Amino acid sequence: MVPLSYYLILSGILFSCGVLGFLIKRNIITIFMSIELMLNGVNLSFVAFAAHWQHLSGQIFVFFVMVVAAAEAAVGLAIIIAVYRTRETLNVDQVNLLKL
Amino acid sequence: MLHLILFLVFAAICIAGAVNLLIQRHPISSALSLVVVMASLAAEYLLLGAEFVAAVQVIVYAGAVMVLFVFVIMLLNAGEEDRIGGSHVALVVGIPGILAGGLLTAWILLKQTGDLTIGALLGDPKTIGSLLFHDFLLPFEVTSVLILIAIMGAVVLANRPETINPGKKEN
Repeated sequence: MVPLSYYLILSGILFSCGVLGFLIKRNIITIFMSIELMLNGVNLSFVAFAAHWQHLSGQIFVFFVMVVAAAEAAVGLAIIIAVYRTRETLNVDQVNLLKL
Repeated sequence: MLHLILFLVFAAICIAGAVNLLIQRHPISSALSLVVVMASLAAEYLLLGAEFVAAVQVIVYAGAVMVLFVFVIMLLNAGEEDRIGGSHVALVVGIPGILAGGLLTAWILLKQTGDLTIGALLGDPKTIGSLLFHDFLLPFEVTSVLILIAIMGAVVLANRPETINPGKKEN
């Protein structure tokens, strides 16, 4: 049997990879994918805790997290298309109109 | 024992995909490694007895969301990203800091080993469905409103500015 801590460590590694990608990546689409990676890491710990406490609410929460992630991806990618149309770049360093 | 081996194999695939997402410079390569991460996470969910969540993970995440990502990457013709020089402080302080914090957390977690009894809790569609439509009915309905708003927002945002007001062209 696998200890709960293994699942939590895997979840933490995935979340850290997501944070790292969010910070070091310059392409706006890849930054978006890093956010999805973070959400997936959290989902794994939800399912692991659901199995640990023998309670199905954790799996229901994963379902809701997925719905919110799908909505976020749809709206975010639409924003990316709008940004590309006006700025003609996907580099986040060049989208700096609000910068002083 | 078999369960542990399967967990380790899929965990290794998962972490390799996540690291590959960070290393690759082309967005398409990053998207494909994210698909690998999501597919192996679906296998991990199956090992935990979450059948419905595993199926939804493959259909919604690895299917729908990633197809959306690949569509946008190809639509915008995204090329390789320019790499900027990394900050020196981040290299000296950040990476040892992350390693120290991560190892400390892992050590604390490993000290309390509660084994998961697999198979006792089965998240099959029937159970999940009855829970979703009885105990979580209100959140479910609110979620449908959220999805509707997201669809409308995506359509409005992705529209070209001149096509929102078709009557303007005639003036």
